[in-house]
Amino acid sequence: MSQRGYQGGQLQPLVDRQIPIRPRNEVSLGAFAFLFSECIQYFQTRVSNVGELERRLADVGFDVGVRLLELLIYREKASKREIKVLGILSFLHTNVWKCLFGKIADSLEKGTSAEDEYMISDNDLLVNKFISVPRDMGNLNCGAFVAGVVEGVLKSAGFPARVTAHSVGVEGQSRPKTTILIKFEPEVLERELRLGS
Amino acid sequence: DGSHAHLRPSHRPCGSGRMPRETSTLTFVIVGDDTPIYECELRAGGKREDTINYLHEFVLHAALDNVEETIWTTPNSYLKAVDRYYDLTVSAYTTSGLVKFLLLHDGKNDEGIRGFFHDLHEYYIKVMLNPFHTPKTKITSKDFDAKVKTLASKYLL
Repeated sequence: MSQRGYQGGQLQPLVDRQIPIRPRNEVSLGAFAFLFSECIQYFQTRVSNVGELERRLADVGFDVGVRLLELLIYREKASKREIKVLGILSFLHTNVWKCLFGKIADSLEKGTSAEDEYMISDNDLLVNKFISVPRDMGNLNCGAFVAGVVEGVLKSAGFPARVTAHSVGVEGQSRPKTTILIKFEPEVLERELRLGS
Repeated sequence: DGSHAHLRPSHRPCGSGRMPRETSTLTFVIVGDDTPIYECELRAGGKREDTINYLHEFVLHAALDNVEETIWTTPNSYLKAVDRYYDLTVSAYTTSGLVKFLLLHDGKNDEGIRGFFHDLHEYYIKVMLNPFHTPKTKITSKDFDAKVKTLASKYLL
């Protein structure tokens, strides 16, 4: 049997199986899009407004983010943790995006209006590729799932933050780009100041 | 003779009524989100205590503050010795998700402890990838238990 985890026809105990080193097993976009659309439909029948729907998608993403952080840092960065805000943001922008979407994010910006806000943008977010939002859903952005992944990564690395996904219109592009807005909790900035000095 | 002022834990009788050998005190704890999710007393000869030594648990718990401070001073996962209690040392290791591995030991064994923590990290990741695992879920897998004992005999005892 060529299934992972099997050896000589016997299922190996979990602790003996290999952590997948290189992502040889890539999942087809169609399969993911189908699963994602089913997730959204499942939640749609159980929530009463758009905000709640985004919250439920974010919760699913959160658990993914927690595990991604451990796995990616162990696999790709030889367990060197990030202890600065810029470090963890750059990890998100490059490593996490590369692992999830096969390419790095399009931009990482610091918010101009507040010290604690940062934005990661993606011109064509993969999870939204086959989603068109009807007008009565207003400003729903299913990138809330990705916002949840980001929140999971940040929270478990010790940088708690409120993370949301927003659609932003772009010149010369028919579809809006998605901006993930990250607002750090005050303790993160306090610690950053304390360590920086 | 004033020895009551120096409470030496290795001279306390342990649960079975025997005096434990001084060089084989080892308590290992995994702490996720401020609660212990895995505890293990390790002894030479592969024997395992079934009940944890409460003093050891207390010392490890008290060391957590030091671990928290040390975590933010270095990008390394291995934090070396973070606290001392008489002749016992607490060595710590943190994963990227800030789950802490604590080892209470006597004597010095830096390379061995580093190796122990590093190999254990891999097994921990395999356990936490479970979608039903949360930072507060206790690790009850017998396979994981067996791995901890194997690693302990390989690196520590």
